[in-house]
Amino acid sequence: MLLTALSDPAQTVTFGVEDWDLLLRLTRRTRLLGRLAACVDDLGLSENVPEKVAEHFTAAGVFVDQHQRMARWEIDRILKTMEDIDVPMVLLKGSAYILAGLPPARGRLLSDVDLLVPRDALDRIERALKTQGWTSIKLEDYDQRYYRTWMHELPPLRHPERGMEVDIHHTISPLTSRLSPDPEELLRNSIALDNSRLRILHPVDMVLHATVHLFHDGEFINGLRDLVDLADLLAHFGDLPGFWQQLVERAQAQRLGRPLFYMLRYTSRFLGASIPEIVVNNLRSDKPSWPVLRLMDVLVSRTLIPDHPDYPRRGTALAKWLLYVRSHWLRMPPGLLLRHLLRKQYMRWSNQRSTAMSQTGKGG
Amino acid sequence: MAIATIAECRADRESRQVILAELPADDFVKRLAGTGILVQTGPFIVRIRSRIEGFAQLFRRFYAHFPVLAAPAVADFHIQLDRPNSVRRWWRPQALFLLDGQSPFLPYPLSHAFPLFEWGLNWGIAMQAHQYLMLHSAVVERSGRAMLLPAVPGSGKSTLCAAMVSRGWRLFSDEFGLVRSGDGQLIPLPRPLPLKNRSIEVIRDFTPEAELGPSFHGTRKGTVAHLVSPALSVAQSKVSAPPGWLVFPRYKAGVPLRLAPIPKQQAFLKLANNSFNYQLLGLRGFEGVTRLVRDSDCYILTYSNLDEAIDALNRLAES
Repeated sequence: MLLTALSDPAQTVTFGVEDWDLLLRLTRRTRLLGRLAACVDDLGLSENVPEKVAEHFTAAGVFVDQHQRMARWEIDRILKTMEDIDVPMVLLKGSAYILAGLPPARGRLLSDVDLLVPRDALDRIERALKTQGWTSIKLEDYDQRYYRTWMHELPPLRHPERGMEVDIHHTISPLTSRLSPDPEELLRNSIALDNSRLRILHPVDMVLHATVHLFHDGEFINGLRDLVDLADLLAHFGDLPGFWQQLVERAQAQRLGRPLFYMLRYTSRFLGASIPEIVVNNLRSDKPSWPVLRLMDVLVSRTLIPDHPDYPRRGTALAKWLLYVRSHWLRMPPGLLLRHLLRKQYMRWSNQRSTAMSQTGKGG
Repeated sequence: MAIATIAECRADRESRQVILAELPADDFVKRLAGTGILVQTGPFIVRIRSRIEGFAQLFRRFYAHFPVLAAPAVADFHIQLDRPNSVRRWWRPQALFLLDGQSPFLPYPLSHAFPLFEWGLNWGIAMQAHQYLMLHSAVVERSGRAMLLPAVPGSGKSTLCAAMVSRGWRLFSDEFGLVRSGDGQLIPLPRPLPLKNRSIEVIRDFTPEAELGPSFHGTRKGTVAHLVSPALSVAQSKVSAPPGWLVFPRYKAGVPLRLAPIPKQQAFLKLANNSFNYQLLGLRGFEGVTRLVRDSDCYILTYSNLDEAIDALNRLAES
């Protein structure tokens, strides 16, 4: 029902009260309530939903507006700070969709602003932002070292007067991963936004980046939302001449054929994205072996599609954990991975102890 | 004539809405422990589930006059209060608050399940109900107009609100000034009124007939006891009111009574700073607060004696 509502919002007119009750809970959990509200509104169906649902749509719309307003303001402040630094600045993910007015921007929440910049400008940019008040959020030495040595971005920054997190990337996949998209080519192919020094990725790169982010970048927390973004991008760019051919070629040149295969499989399976036959054929060599594919199907559907909130199923947490380990496996060599996971577990454990103690202190 | 009949039918059906007190006790406990009870509190529908016995009793007592909905309905909040699955089930048992299957807070001692529910629901409303401008304020009503008593720390708004309610003002809310964005009307949310620490004795002395629940000691706000919301206020939950007065109360021992008008621009700033979602609403927040301040007479009230304060506010409402 959730997937029906997301891929074909017009179907919601047939929904009964019980369907709506569950749908509101599931879309809120997956951060897609604002998106559903926007789609129903686009179809001119806002008048047809039950009164209670309309209230939730209004509240979700308020929330989305505030997120997007804050993101625009954060970008405005970053531009002001970077007036004297003459390097290309490429928006990524949510902020790119919003500033470029792309379809995934509809009703989309975002809690950070992501920018891609040339690696050699990183120090200057970080210094400029910190002079204007931004500070690192991850203050533990280990976290700082983790980002700077191994990852593809600076430790996240935040301005103390505002809530938005700023992530400055110098490439789109971790330095330690076995994938190696060329960041200079990404910058070279990027497209300028009208009346702005801001740029966005070339459509093909944008889709590949969102794909890498979904299948390699962590924890699938907003997995379904990310997949919805991708389905929107495919529908939007799919008509561009040469889009599909370039997508496959560039993916294979950057050894991203496998994640592209998965992404196309699940956008079409869960969200009804239409993928040209020829694309599927050209990606045949990237298809994993049958047992691996079966396992991925199970893990991805268990992780992306939320359980009924009142009846969480056993095994969902395990599926999430396996995908988390998988994404880390892909982004760093085994020895480093083991060290990192142990370290994280230890930090989590000691953190829990200290929060538990401070809360007991307050309560008593 | 047909229209009148339909309207009558509708009014009739509304008036015969089942209230919680009418559910047989064992049926209530069974449903609460099973698929849950749908309670209408102000504009919100809360689906509540719990297997904690002590909580069931208190909930039944404090929400006795609130309408219970027959399923199905779109609930605004799905709340579950139960013992966490851990060793703490037996050793110093705890209650865990779940909003839509997720727990925003650490567990509380089991005996504090009721105040935990009240705080948790407040938290949920503040985080979610952005279809309203939400002011941090007590609201009472008289002769069809609402009086807002915004919370400035240490103002004693809950105490004053409880005292006014016991002298015939209708309870809207002790915590939330819910403003509807279309017409600027205040919406009632007459939930139980939590009194803290010394306020409990003050209200007990002020109205000995006040129906207060048990005192919960050692909560994060000290000792808390809840005042049962007046049945009449609950029955009129659907009757909204336009704003009439905006009174910023300040309790100070020993001071003479003073009720003085304040400039609207000052009232605006004080009110906007005391809102749950003024910033979040952006332009709509600004417009909502502007309209409310424009339509209200704005005062500051300094008092040390509840009787004197209420007399002054009664005169204000009658003038």
